[in-house]
Amino acid sequence: MSQYIAPIRDMQFVMRELAGLDAVAALPGCEEVSADLVDAILEEAGKFAGGVLAPLNWSGDQEGAKWNNGEVTTASGWKEAYNQFAESGWTALACDPQYGGQGLPKLISTAVMEMWKSANMAFSLCPMLTTGAIEALMLRGTDEQKDMYLPKMVSGEWTGTMNLTEPQAGSDLAAVRTRAEPVGDGTYRIFGQKIFITYGEHDLTDNIIHLVLARLPDAPEGVKGISLFVVPKFLLNADGTPGARNDVHCVSIEHKLGIHASPTAVLAFGDHGGAIGTLVGEPNRGLEYMFIMMNEARFAVGMEGLALSERAYQHALQYAKDRIQGTELGVRGGPKVNILHHPDVRRMLMSMRSQTEAMRALAYVVGAATDMAHLHPDDAVRARNQAFVDLMIPVVKGWCTENSVDIASTGVQVHGGMGFIEETGAAQHLRDARITPIYEGTTAIQANDLIGRKIAREGGATIKAVIAEMRAVLAEVGGVQDEAFAAIARSLDSGIKALEEGAEYIVATYGQDIKAAHVGSVPFLRLFGIVAGGWQMARAALIARQRLGEGGGDEVFYRSKIVSARFYADHVLPQAPGLAYTVVNGAAGALALSEEQF
Amino acid sequence: MKILVPVKRVVDYNVKVRVKSDGTGVDIANVKMSMNPFDEIAVEEAVRLKEAGVATEVVAVSCGVAACQETLRAAMAIGADRGILVDTDAELQPLAVAKLLKALCEKEGPQAVICGKQAIDDDANQTGQMLAALMGWPQATFASKVALADGKATVTREIDGGLETLELSLPAVITTDLRLNEPRYATLPNIMKAKKKPLDTLTPDALGVDVAPRLTTLSVAEPPKRSAGERVADVAQLMDKLKNVAKVI
Repeated sequence: MSQYIAPIRDMQFVMRELAGLDAVAALPGCEEVSADLVDAILEEAGKFAGGVLAPLNWSGDQEGAKWNNGEVTTASGWKEAYNQFAESGWTALACDPQYGGQGLPKLISTAVMEMWKSANMAFSLCPMLTTGAIEALMLRGTDEQKDMYLPKMVSGEWTGTMNLTEPQAGSDLAAVRTRAEPVGDGTYRIFGQKIFITYGEHDLTDNIIHLVLARLPDAPEGVKGISLFVVPKFLLNADGTPGARNDVHCVSIEHKLGIHASPTAVLAFGDHGGAIGTLVGEPNRGLEYMFIMMNEARFAVGMEGLALSERAYQHALQYAKDRIQGTELGVRGGPKVNILHHPDVRRMLMSMRSQTEAMRALAYVVGAATDMAHLHPDDAVRARNQAFVDLMIPVVKGWCTENSVDIASTGVQVHGGMGFIEETGAAQHLRDARITPIYEGTTAIQANDLIGRKIAREGGATIKAVIAEMRAVLAEVGGVQDEAFAAIARSLDSGIKALEEGAEYIVATYGQDIKAAHVGSVPFLRLFGIVAGGWQMARAALIARQRLGEGGGDEVFYRSKIVSARFYADHVLPQAPGLAYTVVNGAAGALALSEEQF
Repeated sequence: MKILVPVKRVVDYNVKVRVKSDGTGVDIANVKMSMNPFDEIAVEEAVRLKEAGVATEVVAVSCGVAACQETLRAAMAIGADRGILVDTDAELQPLAVAKLLKALCEKEGPQAVICGKQAIDDDANQTGQMLAALMGWPQATFASKVALADGKATVTREIDGGLETLELSLPAVITTDLRLNEPRYATLPNIMKAKKKPLDTLTPDALGVDVAPRLTTLSVAEPPKRSAGERVADVAQLMDKLKNVAKVI
């Protein structure tokens, strides 16, 4: 099966040159961070991802997780890999040192997370969900809850889950029906059914800590009546060890298009008298807490889009180098060549590569801004970065995941007929990618969030500031006397104009004709992603040019970076004006038919 | 018992090396560098001996440019206690490295030096042997199993047609073969700790060693490309080609 080699050089470039690793390392609490340490971590995480996780990706997909009478068995090798993962301390990377974590900044965990997800997305979901649960308990758990659960979750001895969805409550969590009845001793009995619970049941650890949304008896209707509970699979003994089995049981696991090795559980709470749980934070504020963590989770899923694109690219590139087919165009009677010589294969690979690089750049920049928003001593800097992060999270999530489906599909195309054959492995990336624009908020949910809460509500203040930053980069690019840079400037200029036009339309229309604004929301999200990616690629090209001028070596990397930026400007950025047209003009056709006409 | 483990920074085994256009050597500018895999096995073995309570201290040593510090940090992330860099930009040939290691052995007084049997860049397979000779210590090369006890080392080595087990008195030099162990993945806490472990820097001058090359490289060239296969009509023609064209029989 295909190898995965972590793209460490590009990661280093993006972290240092685009995302500002030095500025992150200068933040309070990041004193230990240095370029050397980051290199050592990337190196070792890359080894682990390539050596332990990647070889299980295909076998895990083929074997899948198995359900038998309430028990779930993970695919062969999963348990050993998980133990090794936890023993190596990777689960603790970004966690609070108070509970055994290493407290490393988001920028580092972002790069490392990309590796896990590229190597084996189905595996990576388990630690990712645990991280989300840890975060929820860190934010709103009582000291007792923190002491009980966090050390073992940080060390990876136990995993965590998030129980939101119910059959009638998907994107609309107001419809949650799971009940929580106070026992009187401070605990609650939970009754209800949750679906789509990632790693809701498995054989990797001896306890699973479920975080569950449920309603108290006196709770108001709708979203303001949902509380958050922590419900362990095994109740804890006085000494903190797992004791009696709690009344939460895995009724089945789903048969899915992709991520076969990640068990997606249907969990029944309270079929035998009630699952015992404790309240996290205050009553009726569960959804609000979920929203605090939502940024984190949505960002992580955006990273899946990036990670799968990288993996699909590596897979396709390897095949293109090995596959001999036809002769080179324009060479009469020439020898048979690998398909990398054919212009359209080139185009496909460059499209995969340049977009993957653009996504990495944008995602890491947002990761670093998250660190700034959390840790910078200056209130104004924190606020500015938080606004930027809030604006960009739906873009990173929506744009990277939608892209990954296209990119993984292009990866299949590069393989020709072999791509359609499962054994080739290219199809797995496409199947795995397909969930990413759906879960943790569909692309439409991201786009709604983007145009409503993140743009219209503040009259477009933050996006205007971002557009101003883009224009500053454009001015620099425009000042370079070079054909490639002229091409980049041309496309970036029209891209920025398109983005501005779209943003102005959203701000103007949202209050007047909310349906029309929403028809354009997903095209607008893509438009934003494409232009933001072009902005970052232009920055990358400028830095590459500067480094080449300094003559410090690594010419191949820097020259390739400029070519990637150029390709992106010629092939991807020109989509922006078309999308802006749809944003502004697309409502009429989308909304005109009556329900009967469908 | 102190164990000294020399580690070499080499071009990563995944990199396809290219010969410089002027034929003076291999181009190592901006290629990924890593610890020589055989040395990684040596570090792993020494750390296991420490974990088993046999060794008390594992000292990693590297000779070369400042960037070898990364290689030493990698050794410390596996579990070496401290590192020593012999900092020099000079071209180091096996004899020079053996002399530097001799000086360090005299300084540090280890009971064993465990090193890779060879480095994957020059494949010289000489440094361990030269060091043993310079020190007047016994040597066991190509180790596939190592046990240290009571001032003795019992080393199983892979030889043509089987295994040979040697007993040597310590101090001794042991060089590691591929199947001695499988190096661990460094854990995140150990990567973080490695940054804080002591790393001393010395120079060849300070150790009183002349590292001037004794060998001159005349030229470096890619191996000849394999020529295309040829279909033969019959056995007679095959024999003829083997005798007169390939000249192998």
